Amino acid sequence: MEKGFSIVALKGSRRWASLALLLLSVAFVCYGAWRGEVETVFSKAVKLCMECVGIG
Amino acid sequence: MKRSPSKFAGLIKRRGAVQALATFLTNPHLPNFLSGTIYTGQAKAACVPGLNCYSCPAATGACPIGSFQAVVGSSKFSFSYYITGILIFIGVILGRFVCGFLCPFGWFQDLLHKIPFPKKLSTKRLKPLRYVKYAILIVMVWALPALLNNNAGLASPYFCKYVCPQGILEGAIPLSLASSGIRAALGKLFTMKFSILVTVVLLSIMFYRPFCKWICPLGAFYSLFNKVSVLQYHVDKEACVSCGRCARTCKMDVDITKDSSHLECIRCGECLRACPVHAIDIRLIEAERKLSKAEEPSTQRP
Repeated sequence: MEKGFSIVALKGSRRWASLALLLLSVAFVCYGAWRGEVETVFSKAVKLCMECVGIG
Repeated sequence: MKRSPSKFAGLIKRRGAVQALATFLTNPHLPNFLSGTIYTGQAKAACVPGLNCYSCPAATGACPIGSFQAVVGSSKFSFSYYITGILIFIGVILGRFVCGFLCPFGWFQDLLHKIPFPKKLSTKRLKPLRYVKYAILIVMVWALPALLNNNAGLASPYFCKYVCPQGILEGAIPLSLASSGIRAALGKLFTMKFSILVTVVLLSIMFYRPFCKWICPLGAFYSLFNKVSVLQYHVDKEACVSCGRCARTCKMDVDITKDSSHLECIRCGECLRACPVHAIDIRLIEAERKLSKAEEPSTQRP
């Protein structure tokens, strides 16, 4: 009985950890977008990445 | 007791097709291979889940590892909340399912491993090398671009520049074939990175997914969420007959009966297919909690 309870409790805590991390991820994305990271990502991604292709 | 087959068995059986589709959806702009140009639309502001170079002519999104380094290496920021948030979100939903089903470079290594070789080699004795990818994630992806700035406050994307073979495979090779200007600009750095690509190709024929196991910082990041991801593998201990077939089948050297959310599990499902009593299944974390209170509804007693 005690073992069964601990399994349920563990899985319940994992569920809450998942939920907390999902909320954290949304907060991170919003904060990153608010401070202008999206423009940095976009400006890098639409140009040829010299380092990636081995030009330097 | 023997359980009924998983409803996800069909998905796992068609994993190669899913990987091909994911690679195409990540790189749909195929005409750009002929023109030697890259896609420049708004989708490039978001990153894709797998390791996919944004200098690939067909790429529709940004590479998460390259984007993180671009933000960290810029003069304005020393950490990327935007990219970290996207990766945490994907990791919490899927964990390393991304590696097994959605990553183009993972699929590339899977295809290479199908090439016949006299004796495929085991990586079980090389398990300590697994930790190298975490060092690469911390040092090359974050610390060096954040700390080693030039006078203008800019830093190189060290992983992309000195390690990543995907940039050569998807970017340099097709672009240099299409453009004489790029071909003329390639030098020693290209030669070094091309050597890394050739090494990864050769190792992938002999070993299963050496880059994913030992090098990939994206796999290292997603592995941190395997234990809390919504998508989970579950082993029914009552149905399991301890035959060990799942552990022998796993090419990532994981024994799923000991840890069903192991950091190295890429959720490829080979164990699920190998289990003779269908004791392994895919579940969502919420459903797993509910089912633990009651008997298995799909359990069939002989």
